[in-house]
Amino acid sequence: MQLFFEQLLNGIAMGSIYALVTLGLALVYGILRILHVAHAAVYTVGAYAGLFCYSYTGSLLLAFLGGMIFCSILGVAIERLVYYPLLKYPPYVPLIGSIAIMLSIEEICRLVAGPYILTFPATLPFPEFQLGGVTISSTLTAVYVITTVVLGLLWFISTKTELGLAMRATSQDIPIADAMGINSHAIVSIAFVIGSSIAAIAGILVGIYYNQVYPTMGTVPAYKTLALIVVGGLGSMPGAVIASMLLGVAETLLIGYADIPLPRDALAFIAMIAVLMWRSEGLMGSK
Amino acid sequence: MDAYLITIGTLIVIYAITVYGLNVIVGYAGQISLGHAAFFGIGAYASALLTTKAGLSFWEALPIVILLSGLIGIVLGLPSLRLREDFLAITTIGINFIVEALFLYVPYFGGALGIGGIPRVFLFGIKLKGMAFFLLCLSFLALVIFICWWFTRSWGGVACFALREEESAAASVGISPVRFKLLAFVIGTMMAGLGGALYAHYMRFISATDFSFPMSITFLSMIVLGGMGTLWGPLLGAVLLGILPELFRPIVDYRILFYTALLLVMIRFQPAGLLGEGSIVRKWLILKPAGGRP
Repeated sequence: MQLFFEQLLNGIAMGSIYALVTLGLALVYGILRILHVAHAAVYTVGAYAGLFCYSYTGSLLLAFLGGMIFCSILGVAIERLVYYPLLKYPPYVPLIGSIAIMLSIEEICRLVAGPYILTFPATLPFPEFQLGGVTISSTLTAVYVITTVVLGLLWFISTKTELGLAMRATSQDIPIADAMGINSHAIVSIAFVIGSSIAAIAGILVGIYYNQVYPTMGTVPAYKTLALIVVGGLGSMPGAVIASMLLGVAETLLIGYADIPLPRDALAFIAMIAVLMWRSEGLMGSK
Repeated sequence: MDAYLITIGTLIVIYAITVYGLNVIVGYAGQISLGHAAFFGIGAYASALLTTKAGLSFWEALPIVILLSGLIGIVLGLPSLRLREDFLAITTIGINFIVEALFLYVPYFGGALGIGGIPRVFLFGIKLKGMAFFLLCLSFLALVIFICWWFTRSWGGVACFALREEESAAASVGISPVRFKLLAFVIGTMMAGLGGALYAHYMRFISATDFSFPMSITFLSMIVLGGMGTLWGPLLGAVLLGILPELFRPIVDYRILFYTALLLVMIRFQPAGLLGEGSIVRKWLILKPAGGRP
């Protein structure tokens, strides 16, 4: 039973990290209707930028800030230079562009930082808990707390502020939003800043959680998060969070208990196809 | 010709056959597929298993392989009837990952070790290798290009074009989306199956990683570069992307970066490809004879 709870806690942490990456994807899809595969590359860059700042300054706060700022610039650059001019083409055009960006950034990371696994020797300043014989390590606590804070902030921004209202308007109809006096291009950029900053946080958390940072760390998340936003309902942020949590827990528990002849990474796609056949608009999507 | 050139040429021709299949699905019928390497792999594994485990010859196995690929194409093409564009793109990525995982984790498919000892192709009792096998692949490619050409002029092809442009309008004039989308999927996956079978008997050793998602991206890059939905675009794309890595062998470390950067620049500035509607090459080809300026 103790093992079960430990697995469950790890699963929730995994799900939280999936949720952080998937949120950015859902945000971008909600507004631009583009499958932002390169988001996972932004997440990798976030981990590297964070590691770089950490090893130079020794401050985790600066590492998070540096990663977020760098990723925001990268995210906005991708949006301005590639996505925005490609909006008038069929959706596969920006999608292929996004895959190309993803692979290019991965290669640049490999060339700049080297193909090997770097360690992220940092401990997050969070307390450790003992719950009935189960230890919740400081890293796990950090993952839970940071995810909760980020989700709370995002919920607050999107439902309680004027910026959130403008973002929702832009995601419904860009020309009408423009006509109502919203600077939709600026809103799109802000969405990229928010999504990319969250990706940087996720990248740094993963780097510390596994104590590994390497160029291809974004490959599996890149496609798994696509499956997750489909399961959650394309563009739905609560759906994306629920789907991520479910997958994180399901993966961890299945690997621990069930003897299935499939790798855990295929699970997301099997779940996705099952959901699509049963409810093609996703868990929380609207028709 | 020396063996090096023949090797590159044979692989380019095999890829071209497969990419023509993808062009039928994506270029003609407008159904985005990011999992074409799965069908390429299904053809390769089917042919490899039939010849090594069931003891058939390449020629006896080939009709079964092509029929099987077409059949699986129908089954996996079914999502395209329910899903559009983004959903379909992600589903085909998923199919690619699941098929690769099955090859890798089911012991019958050789697992991580793959399948080795695939026999060479015999024709009239002569073992085909080197130049002879290249010519065999080339004749298959000619057949595939002919089928594509014939398809674009047939009722089925015209119906597919109509579906690609505007599905509801096409359906309202009596074109069945179900029938013609599946037709495109079947033709496309059969060509991929043929390409896969040739690949298996050329390499004589296959493993699951040969058919992973990056391979699908390479196939898609080839038609994007050449020109989606054109007759000669897939061939041009396969030749260019087949030769470029060889030309850039000296700077081997920067090869993949160059490759992906090229794809990015291409899709950003010429999304219709080199031979597509409104591309630089096409303008030049049309204006040059007329004495105009490109």
